[in-house]
Amino acid sequence: MCGIAGLIHRGKKSDIGTEMTAMLQALKHRGPDSTGYALYGPEQKGNKYVMRFKVAEQEDLGKGFDITDIMAERKKAVDARLKEMDAKVTEREKATEYSYRYLFTYDGDVKKLIDYVEDIDDVEILSVGKALELIKDLGDATRVSDQYNLKGFKGTHAIGHTRMATESDVDIRSAHPYWAYPFSDVSVVHNGQLTNYWIGRRELERRGHRFMSNCDSELIAVYLADRMDRGDDLEEAMRRSIDELDGVFTYVVATADALGMAKDTMAAKPMVLYESKDFIAMASEEVAIRSIFPHEIDTFDPYDGEVRVWRA
Amino acid sequence: MAGLTTAKSTLAGMHTEKLSGRTQQRFFSPEEGENYVYPWAYSVDYDKTADFDAADMDTLAINKRIRELMNEGYGHIVVKNPGAKHSLGVGILNRLKLDFEGSLGYFGCGLIDGPNIRISGRVGWSCAENMMAGTVVIENNAGSTFGAAIRGGDLVCKGDAGARIGIDQKGGSIIVGGNAGAFCGFMMQRGRMVILGNTGKNLGDSMYDGIIYVGGTIRDLGVDAVPGEMTELDCQWLDRKLKMYGLSAPRGVKNMTKIVSGKQLWNYDNLEPVEKKIAL
Repeated sequence: MCGIAGLIHRGKKSDIGTEMTAMLQALKHRGPDSTGYALYGPEQKGNKYVMRFKVAEQEDLGKGFDITDIMAERKKAVDARLKEMDAKVTEREKATEYSYRYLFTYDGDVKKLIDYVEDIDDVEILSVGKALELIKDLGDATRVSDQYNLKGFKGTHAIGHTRMATESDVDIRSAHPYWAYPFSDVSVVHNGQLTNYWIGRRELERRGHRFMSNCDSELIAVYLADRMDRGDDLEEAMRRSIDELDGVFTYVVATADALGMAKDTMAAKPMVLYESKDFIAMASEEVAIRSIFPHEIDTFDPYDGEVRVWRA
Repeated sequence: MAGLTTAKSTLAGMHTEKLSGRTQQRFFSPEEGENYVYPWAYSVDYDKTADFDAADMDTLAINKRIRELMNEGYGHIVVKNPGAKHSLGVGILNRLKLDFEGSLGYFGCGLIDGPNIRISGRVGWSCAENMMAGTVVIENNAGSTFGAAIRGGDLVCKGDAGARIGIDQKGGSIIVGGNAGAFCGFMMQRGRMVILGNTGKNLGDSMYDGIIYVGGTIRDLGVDAVPGEMTELDCQWLDRKLKMYGLSAPRGVKNMTKIVSGKQLWNYDNLEPVEKKIAL
């Protein structure tokens, strides 16, 4: 079933970590397997980037005594490759035993850097961007928020996902959101099923894109990245996706300064919207929006084939 | 239905079909129906009013509290701060005046038979599904599958409604004051649907019977849904019904579009006896 949520503040920053946690916790019954966040914090200027990566899956921690050493080796390899590529790490934060947050400066082609780092076995870059920080792990929103210390995370917008695993595994790799590699700052959450996943994936792989999971939601992220790479703006890419992605779906996409939602032509997957002058919130169920708005508000359902984009 | 004779209702296009299968068997007399009460229904007094704040209660506790109050004879119950929780006000089988001051989540007021419910906020998906009798009035918007498979009563949304409203509708009236989404009236079998605003695509797709009135524009009609002729009876009924709920057609009821079934796909009931013979 899965639950998705998104919020955007116009013209101001807020504690989006706490807000998104409240929304996702309210959607826990739609998917208890994993929870994910794409949070858009303060924009890194110039050649600065923020990167989130992991060196193991949560379940790997139970696989033998030497896993700690293996993870340390993988992390050391990441550091070495960053250094080799002349990326200067200015801030290192160990988010969990197996995941890290780095701030770094880099003047070259970021895609090449990402490809080189990800070439290390069992290292996965969750996100690289100017504002995007992608956090996902097993368990409900409160657990993941506590684990990654998301309370007090200030930013303009965020999307989130509570996952009920259906067609792929219960692991971090298959958890949402998906980062639209190699586009920094583009992320997607999705509720639904794509029926032309393999056709779409084959076509995109032929065009040079990489997939990290077998989850159909990743196709949306890569598809949008590909369309934007070919000149579409976000809204154009989303409108095209309505025709080209087959199945039933509602998805939410975020970029460094925008938030968008799209619903398939059957309108089979739920989405409730709240829109005011300075704040927009959306979720699979109104109860998620209510978790941050206890007072009475007007909400509505977007219609079939609808695409909307808001700027921060 | 008390004031309408069969001839008048048939003239209004309510049930022009000639069905013969098991679905048409009568299991109780319509005359008895007027006095029919469920053995576990509560006897309540409309003059007794109670209210409670549901902000910190879960669905089960809220529904249980409503039952406790009905058991104590309260005929008018006000639920404050329902907080868009799911499945509130379901399964009420007696007369009751129930006010929700706020919004409901999914499956609100489903499987009811008799109460008059008012919701000051919005409702999520599948509000009042399988409703048998009574009224449910929503002051704001409604989600998709609004009034799925309702069999009777009046279901009114004064704002906009989502997709597939009145899917599998088997009776009663659904009224939407604003716009509605795609696939409204899908496989509708009986009853009336009124949409005062615009509708999405595939309106009335595969409808067996019943009538859909639309005040605005129709994006397109579904398979076997065809325009019907507005009669004086249609207009009278619409005038009366809309007035009851403080609504009006933007261009007048006479200018509304009437959609009925073309009945070209209509063969379920004819096949039923054959299927039974094969099965036996």
